[in-house]
Amino acid sequence: MINFSFDGKTYQAEKGDTLAAALLRNGIGLVGRSFKYHRPRGIMTAGVEEPNALVTIGDGGRTEPNTRATDVFVYEGLVAKSQNRWPNLSFDIGAVLGLAAPALSAGFYYKTFFGSAKRWMFYEYFIRKAAGLGNAPTKTDPDLFSQRAAFCDVLVVGAGPAGLSAALEAAEAGKRVILVEQDNILGASLIRDGQDRDGAWVESTQARIRAAGGRILTRTTASGYWEHDLVTLTQRIAEPGQIPPHGVAQRLWHVRAGQVILATGSIERPMAFAHNDRPGVMLSQAVRTYLNRFGVVPGKRVVIATNNDDAYKTAYALKAAGAEIVAVLDARPAPAGADSGLPVYHNAVPLSTKGARHCLKSVTARVSGLTQSWDADLIAVSGGFTPVVHLHMQAGGTLDWNDAAQAFVPATSRQNVTTIGGAANPEPVFNVVPVSTPKKSFIDFQNDVTLSDVDLAWAEGYRSVEHLKRYTTLGMATDQGKLSNMAALGRLAEKQGVAIPEAGLTTFRPPYTPVTMGLLAGAGAKDAGAHVRRLALYDVHAAKNPIWQPLGYWFRPRAYPVGSETLAQAAMREAKAVRSNVGMTDVSTLAKFEVSGPDAAAFLEIICATTVGKLAVGRGRYTFMLREDGFVFDDGTVWRLDENRYLLTSSTGGADRMATHISYVRQFLCPHLRVSAVNVQEHYAGIAVAGPQAKATLAALIGEEPPRHMSTVLAMISGVPVIILAASYSGERAFEIYVEASHAGPVWAACETEVAKQGGALYGLEAMEFLRIEKGHLVVGGEVDGRMTPHDLALDKMLNKAGGYVGASGLSRPALSEAGRRQLVGLEAIEGNIPEGAMLVTGEGASPQGHVSAAAFRILDGGSIALGQLTDGFARHGEELIATSPTRGQMARVRVVAPHFYDTAGERYRD
Amino acid sequence: MMQFTCPHCGPRDQAEFIYERTVDAVVSLDAAPEEAMKSLFTRTNPRGVDDEIWRHTYGCRAWMVITRNRVTNEISATRAVGPEALP
Repeated sequence: MINFSFDGKTYQAEKGDTLAAALLRNGIGLVGRSFKYHRPRGIMTAGVEEPNALVTIGDGGRTEPNTRATDVFVYEGLVAKSQNRWPNLSFDIGAVLGLAAPALSAGFYYKTFFGSAKRWMFYEYFIRKAAGLGNAPTKTDPDLFSQRAAFCDVLVVGAGPAGLSAALEAAEAGKRVILVEQDNILGASLIRDGQDRDGAWVESTQARIRAAGGRILTRTTASGYWEHDLVTLTQRIAEPGQIPPHGVAQRLWHVRAGQVILATGSIERPMAFAHNDRPGVMLSQAVRTYLNRFGVVPGKRVVIATNNDDAYKTAYALKAAGAEIVAVLDARPAPAGADSGLPVYHNAVPLSTKGARHCLKSVTARVSGLTQSWDADLIAVSGGFTPVVHLHMQAGGTLDWNDAAQAFVPATSRQNVTTIGGAANPEPVFNVVPVSTPKKSFIDFQNDVTLSDVDLAWAEGYRSVEHLKRYTTLGMATDQGKLSNMAALGRLAEKQGVAIPEAGLTTFRPPYTPVTMGLLAGAGAKDAGAHVRRLALYDVHAAKNPIWQPLGYWFRPRAYPVGSETLAQAAMREAKAVRSNVGMTDVSTLAKFEVSGPDAAAFLEIICATTVGKLAVGRGRYTFMLREDGFVFDDGTVWRLDENRYLLTSSTGGADRMATHISYVRQFLCPHLRVSAVNVQEHYAGIAVAGPQAKATLAALIGEEPPRHMSTVLAMISGVPVIILAASYSGERAFEIYVEASHAGPVWAACETEVAKQGGALYGLEAMEFLRIEKGHLVVGGEVDGRMTPHDLALDKMLNKAGGYVGASGLSRPALSEAGRRQLVGLEAIEGNIPEGAMLVTGEGASPQGHVSAAAFRILDGGSIALGQLTDGFARHGEELIATSPTRGQMARVRVVAPHFYDTAGERYRD
Repeated sequence: MMQFTCPHCGPRDQAEFIYERTVDAVVSLDAAPEEAMKSLFTRTNPRGVDDEIWRHTYGCRAWMVITRNRVTNEISATRAVGPEALP
């Protein structure tokens, strides 16, 4: 015996029981409350299609709400709780909502939108409180969810007789086979119908498939069929709420199959009659499953309602188990000369049920036009069979209407997929049009949708099945209409006066059954959600405990606070060190490309919008790149290292984009050029040394005269070869030292020692931002925001007059250089501090004419300054504006000035 | 997820590839502005077969042109591009 608890009470289950079987075994019929009306609900099915018996399993981080009691196998210590009830299951306050049912009919949710917003707010509060299923867990799931890829020649979905036979045949023909079964045992209908009672056939077939190399996965659902025969499988290793034996609770498989065979069977349909949702109303095949598989007899006095032959198997099985069959209501007319030995009524359809204390008490039916009632504690219903065509449809297939079975069956396949068994050949049935009152005749049990809701939607003008679904919520939630779709379609077709296939179908989307979020996230949760790129000198920085700044996938030091310094204080100290002495910073993340070959210059003049060809060996210059539509998308520097060898740098944030762009241009626009462009971003680490004392610092480091501004030399630092680029982003005399990343440590150490000797400091990104704003240098993502042309940024004089670069054609459109465009300006505060991101207006209530892209303070002199974009800004220097950020409640009075606040003549970085 | 056959690496999952654009959206360097803008902004986007540029970014990083039916995802041809594929 296995102990488990339901709503705090302990019960015993038999080995192999589902929770539903165990509850029935213990005589528990009432399992939950319905979604909208809080009606008492029991167990209706024995499979994943269960709409009613939804429970919350487990506790803490392992809590799994909305678990179908029919799809969880009891283990020692399982904790289950009923849902959507208060204060308890048998006495639920919310059930009074059922009395207000007319107000909650189809589309009630949307109807509350009418009238004032206040009315909606009022309704929403109550709707949200009352409607719903289980509560989402609040604690982190402690278990692991793994993912795995697999390949096979044949993937068989479903291990009933058809699936087992197909898998056996393929495996013994030497194919690589994977057979998946959502249940924890194989056999499906064989087990349900007691046809393989000793298990011999299933056992031997399973052994033969394994012996032939086949892989069999139980508790595994083929939940999605994607392009090119990729099928995702969700495998439960532990049951919901269970502590997994090896840490892994579930596994997601991506199986690329040569061929897929669907042996997914069919799902039995309920019938529509009044109060057909009570505990005690069960599908006929489910009754058989509880009898034959679990040895549980779900009722003593049973009415059978059917439109097909299959339900008679249930009647005989119940009879054999000692139950009394009080009536078999067969919707079909009487056949000649048949005697089943059962109390069969022909032309008989159920009308309604009565209950007492949440149990079924009696069933009323119309038999050949007359109404008749029977006392019963169980009604086993079979309204026909719906083939499980979900995967076939997800694979892009089409359906045919099988009139004899009143069901859709797979027709053409778009992918390499075949459907076999019951899913392809459902049993013939007799078409029954419901005759009961539509009010309490439920068709979607999970969403509390009745026949009258479909009627109402129709009356209100909803004709398309897709609209019907959204308006009534039919076919949504965890069962996704597995039981309800055909009933709704039938009603809709009846209203339209057309045959069912003409009424249309809603789309079958993955997953087939609910998938936990943890499984989809797999190992890619928390810190593993995105990869982290670490600087070559990460450990060196980390030892100084900086404030880190994410930059794409990179993390760079934002500032190195000393003592109790704040970010702003540290950054300002660091910036002052650069302005007045010397500072050093890690610039390793800059994009770097080595472009070489006889056509290297020609290639660079395609990538860059500036001239490159005339650059002398050992010299470099500023450059920028355009998109094909003529807008600036990145900037950097280009250096001629050798006759046919160049180094191109560009922004950190745009590095990957630039790498792709360079490769695309190379491959598609100029494949004929003799050039190679290699991404060396991470090959080199970079250290910038900047400040009035930078030259002296560098001279001490390399033991020779440093290169003049915009020149490059090769040198040695601490015995390590380095490339030195004399470039300045800060506005001071500055050098960038590039060194092979794996040898960066000693070079950094030497620089740090020398900078310390000068009394300088390390600086981070924040100080760099202060420095470049004051100097009026652009940043990609700030001033270069994808909307600015070279003209807008006053870069047009640098454009290569010969053209031929990417974007030249787009840039030649007149509107890109016309008046009225936003242009780069500087802003200095007259009053207040300029808020970053603020809009620029001429006065209160005026429309924005631009915005502040970056704000800072003058480093040595103080005072709030900023860079911004302003309509026709070049011609508006001297004008006073208001920079306002209403969302932050900040504003400043500003004066428009040239976008350079420091050393406008550029004297400081020249010798 | 589709499966592409990289001319260099063989059959691989779509997850290893990144889509760039269709072949008719390649703007040649000497295109007149009208022509360039037409390629960039008013593309044909047919419901059916088209030549698409993909890159095997998480594999060999090579570019290729894949002829794909956007309705059925049937792939009728894959060809290598770039200097190596020049005649």
